[in-house]
Amino acid sequence: MLEDKDRIFQNLYNDAGADINSALNRGDWKNTKDICEKGRDWIINEIKESELRGRGGAGFPTGLKWSFAPKEIGSRPHYLVINADESEPGTCKDRDILRFEPHKLIEGCLIASYAVNAHKCYIYIRGEYFNEGQKLQKAIDEAYEKNFIGKNASELGWDFDIYIHYGAGAYICGEETALLESLEGKKGLPRLKPPFPALIGLYGCPTIINNVETIAVVPTILRRGAKWFASLGREKNTGTKIYCISGNVNNPCNVEEVMGIPLKDLIETHAGGVVGGWENLKAVIPGGSSMPMLPKNICDNIKMDFDACVENKTGLGTAGIIVINKDQDIIKCMARIARFYKHESCGQCTPCREGSGWMWRMLERMAIGEATSEEVDMLMDVTKQIEGHTICAFGEGSAWPVQGLIRHFKDEIIERNKFDPVIKKSKNIPYLVDQHLLEKDNV
Amino acid sequence: MNIKKIAKNQLKNFEFNKENIELAKKIISNYPEEKQQSAVMALLYLAQRQNYNWIPLVAMKYIAKFLDMPYIKVYEVATFYSMYNLTPVGKYFFQVCTTTPCMIRGAYNLVNVCKKRISENEGEISKDGNSSWIEVECLGACVNAPMIQINENYFEDLDPEKLEKIIDQTNQNEAPKPGSYRRRINAEPENSRKTLLGNKNA
Repeated sequence: MLEDKDRIFQNLYNDAGADINSALNRGDWKNTKDICEKGRDWIINEIKESELRGRGGAGFPTGLKWSFAPKEIGSRPHYLVINADESEPGTCKDRDILRFEPHKLIEGCLIASYAVNAHKCYIYIRGEYFNEGQKLQKAIDEAYEKNFIGKNASELGWDFDIYIHYGAGAYICGEETALLESLEGKKGLPRLKPPFPALIGLYGCPTIINNVETIAVVPTILRRGAKWFASLGREKNTGTKIYCISGNVNNPCNVEEVMGIPLKDLIETHAGGVVGGWENLKAVIPGGSSMPMLPKNICDNIKMDFDACVENKTGLGTAGIIVINKDQDIIKCMARIARFYKHESCGQCTPCREGSGWMWRMLERMAIGEATSEEVDMLMDVTKQIEGHTICAFGEGSAWPVQGLIRHFKDEIIERNKFDPVIKKSKNIPYLVDQHLLEKDNV
Repeated sequence: MNIKKIAKNQLKNFEFNKENIELAKKIISNYPEEKQQSAVMALLYLAQRQNYNWIPLVAMKYIAKFLDMPYIKVYEVATFYSMYNLTPVGKYFFQVCTTTPCMIRGAYNLVNVCKKRISENEGEISKDGNSSWIEVECLGACVNAPMIQINENYFEDLDPEKLEKIIDQTNQNEAPKPGSYRRRINAEPENSRKTLLGNKNA
């Protein structure tokens, strides 16, 4: 277990209060000026050496992303955009940072903006987090008052402004280019890449987009040194991470732990174990609903970091762990996730718009045993038709979890859906009856 | 994709009140010059708040003029995002999260309570005209499942009895207390907290 002194988010449960005085007590805003004055290259190098990877799901190295921004400000201004559109089912870590550690985020925004030459930062918060946004706004006002941000921010000779922009309940706006479209006041339809936002982003200007957690850990890394951060976890999977453990556990919670902690430890130590005991575990979705689920035998040993998850054909994603025990109907659970994707598809690419609906309807039928056994392969085929054929990663996000279900629980689906593909007239289910064959009968 | 319907009975006129005009100008100043279209989402919220939590078509036309942008662009935004209500909703607007993490902790029991106590179908306003409910997708409070949102506040760690009590309160026009309903602090593990105990006891 990680020692308390190595935890970055000391106020994760709001024991001390989120106002600026308690934040100063925790060491936020200490020597911010000195850190920034070491220079842009030093900041970016330090983040590169810490091997910090983005916490929003894709795990892209943060230092590398920052180095893509043009070195000098050209004719167009630079922007920093913070992605606080946390909508992935199973994930609720950013909410606690916004509510209880806003000053870590604001300080991180200042440092990151300084490193990528941005004078303006927009924080895109999902609309449902209205109260959290108000708390963040209060913290921003406090920071302006102390002149930590604003004109000549922290006496750096650098003007820096932060604005909050509320979303309005669209999951797709968590995708970075859709988020930019939404910021520009349009529908949240993802853009084609390239060009990447680092060169052509918000209003056509160079834009760096980072997740809340990524930015909020930056000040602590720079203060305590890249070596300290890199010493936690293992190579390429360093540091700490907030895990959200939800579902069938005794004490669902958010907890900050070291990267690469075994899943079983995490559930048993912090979440009070699976309801009905470890043996009652059916499956775990390790990284928010977009990542394929894992059956119990893999959960016994898997470590929670980016590379270990990929080795097991899933992903760490946002580290939103959804625990499902044997009391639940696994196909029904997956059908509900498919319904989520059907609801949230933006409708721009046909494979995703239509395919997400197909997957949902097929899974709903499979849950009640009204599908034929051949349809399991057909469903797999549908997922393959979506994956890789869409503008953004939403296609993969909706197809992978269904693939995960089929990969690990195919027998169970077939067990429940034993219909012969040829007509059984006694079963009066119209969509299972092949209309052509019916006509032949009539002849 | 989901379908959003426009209300049959539309208002004739809509204008921001003085307070909202000031707010709107302040919001527009957050964005670079000539990029005032960015403010459309925030202005739609203002209109929604001013007009009993729903947006009539005249308000979209008004905002289009206000921001000097085509009406159809405002209409697109208002119909794309799920949080803009284009039909009237109750004074207390219950949004029940039923995505998987909430579902496996019993969110559909809450839906049944809403059906029984508020209205048979979602999106219908209750007989006393006070409340309405809908099912929504993940609200991002999964470790506090099952949960609902009433207007702007989250009510977490619920079960059917607790929701009934909340509905009793809203029916009498009392504001129920937001937050966790299982006496735990925020998102901490309620019985087995092992971390940051120094801070807790400080």
